[in-house]
Amino acid sequence: MNPFTYSSATAVEDAVRDNASHEGAAYIGGGTNILDLMKENVARPTHLVGLNKLPLTAIEPTPEGGLRLGALATNADTAWNEEVKRRYPLLNQAILAGASPQLRNMATNGGNLMQRTRCYYFYDTATPCNKREPGSGCGAIGGFNRIHAILGASEQCIATHPSDMCIALAALAATVRVSGPNGERAIPFEDFHRLPGNTPERDNNLEPGELITGLDLPAKGFEKNFSYLKLRDRNSYAFALVSVAAALELDGDTITDARLALGGVAHKPWRDQEAENLLKGQPATPETFARAAAKVVESAQGYGSNNFKIELARRAIVRALKQAAEGSQHASDVFLNSNP
Amino acid sequence: MIQQSSTSAAQAGGVAAPPPTGTVRLTINGQQHTLQIAPWTTLLDALREYVHLTGTKKGCDHGQCGACTVLVNGKRINSCLSLAVMHEDHDITTIEGLGSQENLHPLQQAFIDHDAFQCGYCTPGQICSAQGLINEGRAHTEEEIKEHMSGNLCRCGAYAGILNAVKEVVDSKSSESRR
Ligand SMILES: Cc1cc2nc3c(=O)[nH]c(=O)nc-3n(C[C@H](O)[C@H](O)[C@H](O)COP(=O)(O)OP(=O)(O)OC[C@H]3O[C@@H](n4cnc5c(N)ncnc54)[C@H](O)[C@@H]3O)c2cc1C
Ligand code: SF4
Ligand code: FES
Ligand code: FES
Repeated sequence: MNPFTYSSATAVEDAVRDNASHEGAAYIGGGTNILDLMKENVARPTHLVGLNKLPLTAIEPTPEGGLRLGALATNADTAWNEEVKRRYPLLNQAILAGASPQLRNMATNGGNLMQRTRCYYFYDTATPCNKREPGSGCGAIGGFNRIHAILGASEQCIATHPSDMCIALAALAATVRVSGPNGERAIPFEDFHRLPGNTPERDNNLEPGELITGLDLPAKGFEKNFSYLKLRDRNSYAFALVSVAAALELDGDTITDARLALGGVAHKPWRDQEAENLLKGQPATPETFARAAAKVVESAQGYGSNNFKIELARRAIVRALKQAAEGSQHASDVFLNSNP
Repeated sequence: MIQQSSTSAAQAGGVAAPPPTGTVRLTINGQQHTLQIAPWTTLLDALREYVHLTGTKKGCDHGQCGACTVLVNGKRINSCLSLAVMHEDHDITTIEGLGSQENLHPLQQAFIDHDAFQCGYCTPGQICSAQGLINEGRAHTEEEIKEHMSGNLCRCGAYAGILNAVKEVVDSKSSESRR
C-alpha cells in the first residue's frame, strides 16, 4: 500500500470537509474493497477519511412509509434487520447471497454501492485497462472475458458491477441519499450507476467528495412474490455469473406489477422496464416469463468466453420469475439457493 | 485519529522519509496495547508483527480465505481487510483469547476430537469463525453451518471434520440454552 494519512470523522459535515481539504482523499467504510485495491496498487489515496464513527448506522421508517437504511449499517445488520426481513425479503436474500459472513459483518451499505468491478485486468496493473488508466485500452476485449458484460457494454469497457445487494435495490427502486460539498441530494437508484460509454473510469454519478448517507426503500416491498437467483461457479462465497432479482404482485394468476433486474451482466445493475411491462397484466405462465426473458437478452452481445451468459441469463430469468410466482422464497437467516 | 509525526525529514538524496507512525490503542483478549504504527497497518499485521500474537494467520491477505478471522465486539471479521486504526475502542478476540494449552475452548477440543485439520494453518480462523457463528445463533442444521462457514477455506480439505466439530458445539450450545 502507498503511504497515506488517516482521520476518523464523527459527523457527516466533518467527513465531507476533511475529504475536500485533502487532494486525493477517499472515504473508507468497511474497507473490504478499497484496502484490497490499495494492496494491488489499483487505488492510491493519499488520505483516508474513516466513516465508521458516523451516526449513520440506523435502519428506520421514512415518513413516506418506506425504510431508510443508514449508509454505515453493515450488510449483515441490514440483511437481518427485522423490518428488512418482513417487508423486503428480496433484499435480505440478495445480501446473504454475497461474500461471506465475515465480509458482510464489515461491508457497509454505502461501500457496497461503490465497490468496483472484479475485472481481472482492472486488478492487474501490468495490463491495459481504460477504467484504471483511461486511454490505455481494454485487456478484456479480445482477452479472457468469462465474467464480463453482455448488456450495455462499450468499445472502451465491458466490465460488470459485482454487487448482489444492488440488484435487489434496483428492483425495489431505492433512492440514494448523498451529502457533498454542495449540499444534499437524492439520486434514484437507476441513475446512480453508469454505463461505461467513453468514460469507463466513472462507475457512477456521484460527484467528487460526495458521501452516501443512506438508502431509502419505497413502501412497496413485494414481500410475497420474489426471488433472488444467483448462479455462480460454486454455490457460496463467489461472485455472480448471472443473478436475477424478480418481484411480482399478483391478483389471482394475473401479474399486476413486476420488477426485473439482473446482476453480473452489465456495468450497472440491469433493470429492464420494457420487460417488466411485458409481464404486467399478463397471466403468470412460463410463456409470459419466456417473453420477458427474450426481451431482456434481445440486445445481448457476447465477447467470446462469456457467450454462455446470454442463454444462462435467459433461463435464469424464467426460473426466477417462476420462483417468484410460486412464492417459494422466504426471508431467512441463511441464503440457500433454491434450485427446483 | 492518528497524530502524524513530522514527515519533513525530506526525501533528500532519494532517502525515503520515515513512515508517519502514530499511537493506536487496541484492546486484545482483554489486554490494552499501545502501539506506534503507520496508518496503513492492517489489524492482521498489528496483531502478528506488533503484538506478536501469531495465532491469527495470513493466507491470501485479500479477504478470500478466512485464515485471518478474529472477533471484534463478538463479531467475526477478516483482519486482513481492516486497518488497525479503525478498531480503537473495540474489543478484539483472537485464537489466543479463546482458549489456552491448559484450558482448551470447546471448539478447540471438538476440532481435535473430529480430526478437523491436517496442517492446521486455517484452524485458528476456522475456530474464530465458528465462535462468531455461535454468537450469531443463526446456523443450526448441517446445511446452514456449511453456508455460514463458507468464508473459511481449508486447503487440506478437512471440511468434513470441521463441519462435525462445529456441529457438535452448536448442538451442545442449543441443548444448554434449552435447559
Ligand atoms: C473475497 C470477497 C468476496 C466478495 N463477494 C461478494 C459477492 O459475492 N457479492 C457482493 O455483492 N459483494 C461481494 N464482495 C464485495 C463486498 O460486498 C464489498 O467489498 C463491500 O460491500 C464494500 O463495502 P465496504 O464498506 O467494505 O467498502 P470500502 O472498501 O470501505 O469502500 C469501497 C468504496 O466505496 C467508497 N465509500 C465507502 N463508503 C462510502 C460512502 N458512505 N459514501 C461514498 N463513498 C463511500 C470508498 O471510498 C471506496 O471507494 C466480496 C468481497 C470480497 C473481498
Ligand atoms: S473491461 Fe473495463 S475494467 Fe476490464 S480491462 Fe476492459 S476497461 Fe478495464
Ligand atoms: S488472510 Fe484474510 S481472508 Fe485470507
Ligand atoms: S488444515 Fe491445512 S488448510 Fe485447513
